[in-house]
Formats: sequence, C-alpha cells, structure tokens
Amino acid sequence: MDWSVLLVKLSEGMLTSVEIFVLTLLFSLPLGLFVAFGRMSRNTIVKNVTKVYISILRGTPLILQLMLVYFGPYYIFGVRTPKGYRFLATIIGFVLNYAAYFAEIYRAGIESMPVGQYEAARVLGYNKTQTFIKIILPQVIKRILPPVTNEVITLIKDTSLAFVISVGEMFTAAKAIASAQRSTLPFVAAGIFYYVFNFIVAVAMEWLEKKFSYFQ
Amino acid sequence: MKYLEIKNLKKSFGELEVIKDISLDVEEGQVVAVIGPSGSGKSTLLRCATLLETMDSGELIYLGERAVTTGMDGRAVLAPPRQLRKIQNYYGLVFQNFNLFPHYSVIRNVTDALLTVQKRNREEALDIGRELLERMALSDKEDAYPYQLSGGQQQRVSIARALALNPKVLFFDEPTSALDPELIGEILKVIQDLAAEQMTMVIVTHEMSFARDVADHVIFIDGGIIVEEGPPEEVIGSPKNDRTKAFLNRFER
Repeated sequence: MDWSVLLVKLSEGMLTSVEIFVLTLLFSLPLGLFVAFGRMSRNTIVKNVTKVYISILRGTPLILQLMLVYFGPYYIFGVRTPKGYRFLATIIGFVLNYAAYFAEIYRAGIESMPVGQYEAARVLGYNKTQTFIKIILPQVIKRILPPVTNEVITLIKDTSLAFVISVGEMFTAAKAIASAQRSTLPFVAAGIFYYVFNFIVAVAMEWLEKKFSYFQ
Repeated sequence: MKYLEIKNLKKSFGELEVIKDISLDVEEGQVVAVIGPSGSGKSTLLRCATLLETMDSGELIYLGERAVTTGMDGRAVLAPPRQLRKIQNYYGLVFQNFNLFPHYSVIRNVTDALLTVQKRNREEALDIGRELLERMALSDKEDAYPYQLSGGQQQRVSIARALALNPKVLFFDEPTSALDPELIGEILKVIQDLAAEQMTMVIVTHEMSFARDVADHVIFIDGGIIVEEGPPEEVIGSPKNDRTKAFLNRFER
C-alpha cells in the first residue's frame, strides 16, 4: 500500500468534490428560490410546469439524471459535446436536482410565514419586493436552515455519484487506487475524507444557525 | 376637516355578506370607538379602511382624496397606484397581535419604514424613533428584540412604529385583546395620551369603560350595519336599540 499516492490522489479527488459541492450550492440555492416562486405562482401554467419539474427531478435517481445530462445531447440529439463537458454536465445535473429540493424547502418556509407580517409591512407602505427581501426572507432563512443543512450534508455524499460519468472526484479516485493496488483500504480512507468534509460543513451550518438565534 | 369618509361600504366573502352598508365620517382630532359582537364586521371595516381588503363597493376618502370610488358598474375602483401610495401615508394601523418584525430590534422596528419607505436619512429616523420610544417609556429597550418584551411593551412598540410615519388617522384593531389583563391598562393609557394630543383615531375595542372615557363618538355595529351611534354617554350610557342593550348587558359586571 502506497500511502503517499493514496493521500495525494484522494486529496486531488477531494478538490473536485469540493468544487462540485460549492458550485452546486452557488447555483441551486438561488435557482431553487425561483422554482419556489414558480411553484407558488397564481399562473396555472407556470405552477404546473414547475410541479412537473419538481416531481420528475425528485422522483428519479440523481445518478440517472447525471447520465442523461452527460450522454443525452449526443445519444438523443446527436450533438457533439465539447471536451470539458463532463464536469459541466455534473454541475448542471446537480444544480437542477438540488434546486428542486431547495424549492420545496423555500416554499414550506415562505408558506409558514404568518400573514400578519405581510399586512404590517403593507400598511407601513413597503412594496412587494421590499416586503419580501427585508421582512419575509430573513425570517424564512432562519426557519429553513435545519432542512437546508440536511440537504447540504446529503449533497456532500451525493458528489460521489459523479463517478458514473467518470468525473475525477474523490470516490472515482478511491476506486482507481483500490483496483490498482488491490486493496479496499482506499474506500475506508475515502469514507474518512467524506466524514471530515461533512463534519466541517456541519459545524459551519451550526455556526450559521447560531448567527440567526438573535431573534425568535 | 373630514379626515376620513367611508360611504356605503359593502363587503362580502363569498356568500357571506360581512358589511351590508356602512357610512362613517371621522373629523380631525376625533376619536371614534367601534363596538359590537364578534363577527359583526368591525375588523372587516378596519381592514377595508386600511386597504388590507378591497371593498366590493362604496367610497373611501382620506383628507378629501379618494382612495376607492365606485364605478358605473357598481364595483369598487382603486385609485391609481401613485395616489394610493400618497394616501397610504395618511393612516396607520395597530394590530391586535402586534405583528412586529421579530428579526428587527425595537428601534429598527420603529425606524425601518422611515428608512425603507420614506427614504429619510439615518440620523433623522433615529431621532424620530428615539423620541417615540421615550414617549412609550421604552427608551431602555431600544436594542431589545420583540421576543424579549412583554405583550404590553410589544404593543407599545407597534404603536410607536405606526406613529413614526406621522399618520393623520390611526386605527386600532382590538389593541388589548391579545394582552394579559394586567397589561391592558398601559396600552389604554397610551391611547388616552394620544387622544389628549388630538390624534385622530378609530378604535375597535371590547373595553366598554375605556370606549366611554376616550371616545367622542361610539359606533355599535351588528350584522354588518351601524345599529346605533352617537356620543358615548348615549350609546354606552343609555342605549336605545334593543340589540345595543343586549350586547352591552354582557359587559355589565
């Protein structure tokens, strides 16, 4: 067992995993908010389209969605995808999937807000945007932090699914070393890496929750 | 000068006719108490007057400016947005359950609309906010958050928040109904002080002795219409209508 090779390869893989993680959150958190607005829209077409979107993305395996985004353009439409498309496809797949989950969390948070908050803001003369940004959103964020933490932690482990389209993230790296060195140890090591990653993120989320504990 | 005119207000929720036909004038400096059994339409009247609900038909006029008129088809028509925004500055509303913004400190609750809506500068807003908190005897709570306050203190913050925008007419929707009995007095005192300063107010209340003391004019609503109205000593002191009598009898102790 070559430990230095193991550590270097896993660390490189970890870097890719972190990239997938950060980029997914960066895009899916805001996209989820727009999906949530669509889901709550009074326009029935918009509402139903979003409902179908959420239903499909939550109702099929993420691993399948990643394959579809990566292979779909070529096998379905005959479009040749550029060289770096592998990583891009991963991000697209993750973002679309996680936005669906975040949308439902946002919706639950927004719908749990007492109507009195909207009415107070309205009588004071706040317009709709001001009401949402200044009055509703900060309270919604506090309410949804625990379920969002859940999703974020799941996302860390889900990044390993990118192996299915051969993105060199940590799990892919562990598999390669495992077969090259004929050992299961790399998988154990990868497990520890994932746990440490998760532990750090969980601590960060806990800190964030504390930041919001100044009001009730 | 008439600060508020409501003419032939009608409002239904589906099949339920909550307000059948109510007209009401409030003069500058006048304090009007609205009393009546629950479900009589008192709160709906206030919600229509503050545009939280849109009336089905009727007219709503603040300081001679029309917020709602009735069109040729008999349905209510809102004034154009720009005029509505202006009219919205003429009134404030104090809610039964305060509806303070829990994520804002006391001073921010009072000043945020000055900054966000009226675009005043920070110093000016803080001056107004601090002065109001002093009047509400809450100067020491400036940096507290709503959850740290008693119900009475929260309601005083919400009154300060409404006053900060310098409304011409201030509405109260059962301002003491969510309070513990021992805290009711402090809110009634604040409203009484405002009345002494000639603040124009419309107060929906179940506190009969308070209505009698503070109001210039009492309106008894039942079944979506004004059943009896007049000076408090008449409406509460010696009511003529049987429904008013029956209602007030329940408050005799």
